[in-house]
Amino acid sequence: MSTVSLNRRSFIAATIAGGAALTFEARLTLARAAAGTGEPALLGAFIHIAPDNTFIIEAKNPEIGQGIKTMLPMLIAEELDVSWSQIRIRQADTNEKLYGMQIAGGSWATPFNWMPARQAGAGARQMLVLAAEKLWGVPAASLTTEAGEVIHKASGRRATYASLAPEAVKIAAPDLEKVPLKSPETFRIIGKSQPGVDTPAIVRGAPLFGIDTRLPGMVYAAMVKCPVQGGTIRQFSDALVRQQRGISAVVPVNSGEVPAGKHDAVLIVADSWWRANKVREKLTVEWDSAAQAGFSTAGYAKQAAALLGSAPQSSLFKAGNADAALARAAKTITADYAYPILSHATLEPQNCTALMHADGKLEIWAPSQWPAEGIKDVARVMSIAPEAITVHLTRIGGGFGRRLMNDYMVMVAQAAKAMPGRPVQLIFDRTDDMRNDYYRPGGWHRLIAGIDASGAMIALKDHFITFGAGGKPIRAAEMNAHEFPGPVIADVDYGMSFIATNLATGWLRAPTSNAMAFVFQGFLAEVAAAAGLDLPELMRRTLGGPKMLPRAEEGEPEFSTARARGVIDAVCKFASWTGKPSTVKGKGRGFGFYFSHRGYFAEVVDVTVADGAVKVDKVWVAGDIGAQVINPLNAEHQMQGAAIDGIAQALVWQPIVQEAGAVAQENFLDFPMMRIEMAPEDVAITWVKTDNPPTGLGEPALPPVIPAIANAIHDATGKRLRTLPLQMS
Amino acid sequence: MPITLTVNRTPRTIETDADKPLLWVLREELALVGTKFGCGAGLCGACTVLLDGEAVRACQTPIADAAGKAIVTIEDVASLPVGKKVVAAWTALDVPQCGYCQAGQIMSATALLSRTPKPSADDITAGMSGNICRCATYLRIRKAILEAAGEAA
Ligand code: FES
Ligand code: FES
Repeated sequence: MSTVSLNRRSFIAATIAGGAALTFEARLTLARAAAGTGEPALLGAFIHIAPDNTFIIEAKNPEIGQGIKTMLPMLIAEELDVSWSQIRIRQADTNEKLYGMQIAGGSWATPFNWMPARQAGAGARQMLVLAAEKLWGVPAASLTTEAGEVIHKASGRRATYASLAPEAVKIAAPDLEKVPLKSPETFRIIGKSQPGVDTPAIVRGAPLFGIDTRLPGMVYAAMVKCPVQGGTIRQFSDALVRQQRGISAVVPVNSGEVPAGKHDAVLIVADSWWRANKVREKLTVEWDSAAQAGFSTAGYAKQAAALLGSAPQSSLFKAGNADAALARAAKTITADYAYPILSHATLEPQNCTALMHADGKLEIWAPSQWPAEGIKDVARVMSIAPEAITVHLTRIGGGFGRRLMNDYMVMVAQAAKAMPGRPVQLIFDRTDDMRNDYYRPGGWHRLIAGIDASGAMIALKDHFITFGAGGKPIRAAEMNAHEFPGPVIADVDYGMSFIATNLATGWLRAPTSNAMAFVFQGFLAEVAAAAGLDLPELMRRTLGGPKMLPRAEEGEPEFSTARARGVIDAVCKFASWTGKPSTVKGKGRGFGFYFSHRGYFAEVVDVTVADGAVKVDKVWVAGDIGAQVINPLNAEHQMQGAAIDGIAQALVWQPIVQEAGAVAQENFLDFPMMRIEMAPEDVAITWVKTDNPPTGLGEPALPPVIPAIANAIHDATGKRLRTLPLQMS
Repeated sequence: MPITLTVNRTPRTIETDADKPLLWVLREELALVGTKFGCGAGLCGACTVLLDGEAVRACQTPIADAAGKAIVTIEDVASLPVGKKVVAAWTALDVPQCGYCQAGQIMSATALLSRTPKPSADDITAGMSGNICRCATYLRIRKAILEAAGEAA
């Protein structure tokens, strides 16, 4: 995710700009308050103080179900020192200059906002305390705060933040880096479970999601997209469509994925989406997709098989001399692993609403995980200034990485341009959604390991066949050069070869890790067996003493072997792991570990295999995400969700199949989803708290469950499954 | 052809195409957007509503088939005694993640508990299997159903 890494650095700059905005916004509000408009006082970009001493806190990041709309305001409210019942949370619009980076991706929100969000709250609190100091003529050091009040204990004086706000906004915003923060023992909100801020609205069916956007005069668009990704329109005829009732426009558009000047979809706009969708069959389109027609699932498999048998096209990581070490190894272990192309299948289909105003300003309502990137895409494809585009964030019915891409925004904006003054809502039907994804790329690995007479790993080779272009992996198809255990083995050789595809690829929850964990932890379990060990023990020996291993990429933290061992030991204790083989036919237990997205996770699963069907009975999770779990109730949700999502990838989801360039899947029949009967009885969680800043939970618990299941199936049946999804026959 | 039905205790007469699914009538013509579009094929349960007390897939129910019937959607499910308990349990246990499937889950759970006030684990599986939760909130769904049934897990 190298483009994202760049953005990560600019986030720091944007945060400082956000700090500067604190002063600016405060001054602005002073003028309003002085005019007696009754407008709430603003302390910084994130905090509004209402005259009744309630507080609006802006939630800046897209909410996809990860709980961020609740969690980021918790950090601000804690340091502002108000009580949770005094606040109202409002979804902020897209404005990275004001708020800093607004993205639901990479499990970054926690590590990147833990300090800035707290500092924003603490800075505002300090301004309020300084206002009281000035008004009361007592030193700030003698003042305390609680539940939205400044208190002078010695005199018994108290004042609400609201009463102090007019004075506070005159005070220069403090240097946020120097504002004192609470010490964790005094937290009143952080670390206490807070239910989702939107839960009451969700359970009464309130309009919250992108697809629920309703605007006066709004019309709906259905899409006819080239069935082959990358293909374009040669010509089309909409004569029959235009004869239908209720049709207001037929607009050819460019999804942003084909060259400028070309179109790859036609949007049919009508007074009803159902009607627009129904009349799609009346449109005749001649597609130009000859260049893409040669791509197929069968073709990829054939190429992969051929490439696995040849030398890698490029080197990813090399140390020592792996071939020489393998030649002197007491035992070598060779295995091929593979995983398929997958769709995201968010339950809310892709959709977006746009309105082109008469003055050329474009207003968008988007369920997007990365709206600022969408603004850039729309500006590029439509040749309009980014400043002319406003994006309102809606709640999002599942992201999983699909909505880091903004094709729906780009397309609906073009329809809106064709009918200025009319809001247009584009909705993909389920088949559109499945066939126009940014797919998790599949991959193939040939691994060879050597162990010495003592059972220690002395050599490792991996030939990774992945989707690529120009001698490089395409988006989300890469591998970490320092993939464990490479950095701790003396003689290592990781190489890559590439297969071309027309499919657009993208990030799926715990991208690359969801695949690599399966490959490497599955293979290491085979190495462990050859060495007469269980996987946790092989991991302990291979990790060795406490040290830091190289980071996966620029901007990410290093890999701490001590933290890895911490969670491995914790889960073994938690699940009473004995390492002894199963004695009950059809019952098995497996282990997996993975470090990704800054989180260390070790997991154990129990499975039952009966009549060729695998069922996960229980999952035990030990996680190290630092010193603080910010919202325990939501952390449990993310753990359960990630573990069960991993079970789906291991056992339920079927490969996306491509024939003659086109994806064959239609709906949840041929892309089956995890249902309640496949959910385990329990996902038990234990936290290993370490003295590190807290990190995110959306992703890192997912990867280890997949190899843990493969390893458990081996324990139950003696069968080693090396291809996802795991199938007994 | 005008079609008359009761939606959330209010009689309605709708002038629309007879083959338009109830889902799209609710969402586009009655401004009831709580009922969700997930698959349009009867496979995900996001569009579940009660039709004369039975859970049905609104995406597979032509509006003509709902003529003369009483529909309850998520917006009014809490007016039913069982629905009220289900919504309360869902809130207390904070069941939603993204929340998109939850209207359908609540409607299916309400139908299940109306039929089977003390469901077994198998009853819950059978009653809820048609509802996909992509976020995998299944463990809390199971708990919430037991709680609504007064069988706190
Ligand atoms: S939308 Fe009706 S079952 Fe999926
Ligand atoms: S809560 Fe997201 S689909 Fe169920």
